[in-house]
Amino acid sequence: MQKRFVSIWFRYLATDWFTHRQPSYKNLPLVLRTSSHGRMVITAANAIAVSQGISTGMVLADARALVQGLQVEDDQPDLRERLLKRIAEWCIRFTPVASVDLPDGIILDASGCTHLWGGEEKYIQFISNKIRERGFSVRIAMADTIGVAWAVARFSQNEVITIGQHTEALMQLPPEALRIEIEISERLHKLGLHKISQVISLPRQSLRRRFGQQFLTQLDKALGYELELIEPIQPTEPYQQRLSCIEPIATATGIAIALQQLLESLCTRLQQEQKGVRTATFTCYRVDRKVEQISIATNRPSHHVKHLFQLFEIKLSTIEPALGIELFVLEASNVEDHLPLQKKMWSEAKNLEDEQLAELLDRISNKVGTNTIHRYLPDEHYWPERSIRQTTSLQEKSTTNWRVDEPRPVQLLSSPVPIEVTAPIPDYPPMVFRYQGSEHRVVRADGPERIEQEWWIQQGQHRDYYRVEDESGNRYWLFRLGHYHDKIYQWFLHGFFA
Amino acid sequence: MLPLQKSEIIARLQAGILRMQGFRQSTNTSVDAGLGIIKSAFPNESFPIGAVHEFIASKKEDASSTSGFIAGLLSSLIGSGTTLWISASRTLFPPALKSFGLEPDHFIFLDLQREKDVLWSMNEALKCEALAAVIAEMHSLDFIASRKLQLAVEQSGVTGFVIRNSFKSTEASACVSRWRITSLPSEPIDELPGIGFPRWQVELLKIRNGRPGAWITQCINGKFVTIADHLNSDIQPTVSPIKKAG
Repeated sequence: MQKRFVSIWFRYLATDWFTHRQPSYKNLPLVLRTSSHGRMVITAANAIAVSQGISTGMVLADARALVQGLQVEDDQPDLRERLLKRIAEWCIRFTPVASVDLPDGIILDASGCTHLWGGEEKYIQFISNKIRERGFSVRIAMADTIGVAWAVARFSQNEVITIGQHTEALMQLPPEALRIEIEISERLHKLGLHKISQVISLPRQSLRRRFGQQFLTQLDKALGYELELIEPIQPTEPYQQRLSCIEPIATATGIAIALQQLLESLCTRLQQEQKGVRTATFTCYRVDRKVEQISIATNRPSHHVKHLFQLFEIKLSTIEPALGIELFVLEASNVEDHLPLQKKMWSEAKNLEDEQLAELLDRISNKVGTNTIHRYLPDEHYWPERSIRQTTSLQEKSTTNWRVDEPRPVQLLSSPVPIEVTAPIPDYPPMVFRYQGSEHRVVRADGPERIEQEWWIQQGQHRDYYRVEDESGNRYWLFRLGHYHDKIYQWFLHGFFA
Repeated sequence: MLPLQKSEIIARLQAGILRMQGFRQSTNTSVDAGLGIIKSAFPNESFPIGAVHEFIASKKEDASSTSGFIAGLLSSLIGSGTTLWISASRTLFPPALKSFGLEPDHFIFLDLQREKDVLWSMNEALKCEALAAVIAEMHSLDFIASRKLQLAVEQSGVTGFVIRNSFKSTEASACVSRWRITSLPSEPIDELPGIGFPRWQVELLKIRNGRPGAWITQCINGKFVTIADHLNSDIQPTVSPIKKAG
């Protein structure tokens, strides 16, 4: 069959995307910038900015001087690739073979597809309309070879080059249309070769000698003498399993069996791909068109059927089958790599990497909420409340050591409690203090340990901490906020020692 | 001849009772738990692991001494194993665990809202063999709940600690032991002013198949040093030792 290719050129891909997100840019000159060698350089400009004389590679300061009211956004390094990949995936509705053509295009292999849209003209029109609806300005061309489609999209106003006419279409185009290096095309222009028709008539040996083999290869690809392959993108199949029932299911046992079956088939696939579920949703479509849904989340990727079933089981009773459920869908919305751990024959150390532990925490967090599980690592602060930081991951290692040089209380109140004291001399521990209505006479004391405010975090008074022991042997951690001689100080109880 | 046989039979029967009550003689070496002389109170002179221990701490001050005592026990029982600390009103300060020879980053804290969830989580956690110990702070624990916990640990061998802040002496429980740890005035170190090592009155109010007692214990860098055994008359266990609960 005659091969037909479509080339889509996104003239202002990145700026169009920013304009799509923020429609106020539509009638303003917009550029994207990135820093290069200590300067801000423009990496993309929209149509309005280009018409006012801005080009990519220009220094931002120059552009600002040139154009008033220039809008500037930060460029993202992989933005174009990401966008093109998404668009190419979307293009699979037009042809099964779509590929990304970096830096600003997409190639579709439209062989045998166009008649479904009622002809090549209509096919092209349909695609370009659909893409323009989404705010991207595009040029589309169709030809027998990828090279010509590419060239026509960028350097000509034509859209459809009829079968067999691709060589003629190429003739009138400049040599840049051959997808060659900029140095070679400049050299061609210097030699007075402004059109491909002038180049093509030259003997091949001299072309190779002057411009290299690469130039000839590109020419042959465009003319169709050399085969050019494209790498079609593979859309990722969602991790989803469906189970439709002949008879509506209305019993808890039935739902559990359905869930079990779906989990088994999903986990088999996950296991083969070495993936594990992080979040999953079990959806039940009822006969009366209502939808019942339960979701789970795990702390680490898992493809363990029994464990995932247990997680769902806690919530299974919330499903109301009413007249019955006719379709079950299980979808793993978030999937991560799950490499099998080597099992130890004798696991002596009960450590944090244990899978049983992760499964236990999953069960707990699904029952009582995720923000209940805490683990603490030391943090480099003197202020006791800030000396630990919370971590959600079980794997995270501490970057500093736990401090043991100063004694710290076993119990620390989340906020210090004001107390009344009788303190005899400045910088001495109190003799008597009153806490929760009862009086404690201090028998022994240690301190003070002064802890200053960290001025780069917050302002305020320092604390002087004392460890005191009352006559019955209870040990407390008290502090005085502020200087004794300033007359504005207050005593607090902050913790209890063992 | 005859008395010897009799004692043999009794020993065998006692071992049988221990087995039936879910005591596991998992290792042939006795577990010391760093308690020194206190271990003579335990059955087979071995600290019962794979069991649930109950601690009574009605005041905040008692809770801190109890936490300290448990931390001391854990440091010789589990080393670097993972421990779960379940509570609905936690004030434990993780860095303090380091001074008892434990790794605070091996502790996972569960801070729950409801008392009901504490019991549920503890029950689930005690079934998980990946944990070395589970500690739960709860308000009260009835007999049926404690029996459930005991059944959970019999399967997994995890050691559980329950810290309760309310207690009625009439309450029965299926826990293997009941302790009360209260602070005592510390002795100055080398006659220097200031606070000495933490010193506690350790009361073992109940121990299944063991002998309850009371001791004065000092904790020096996470190691227990028992100072006095069988206290004088002025410090009496306030609750009479309960008979063997089954």
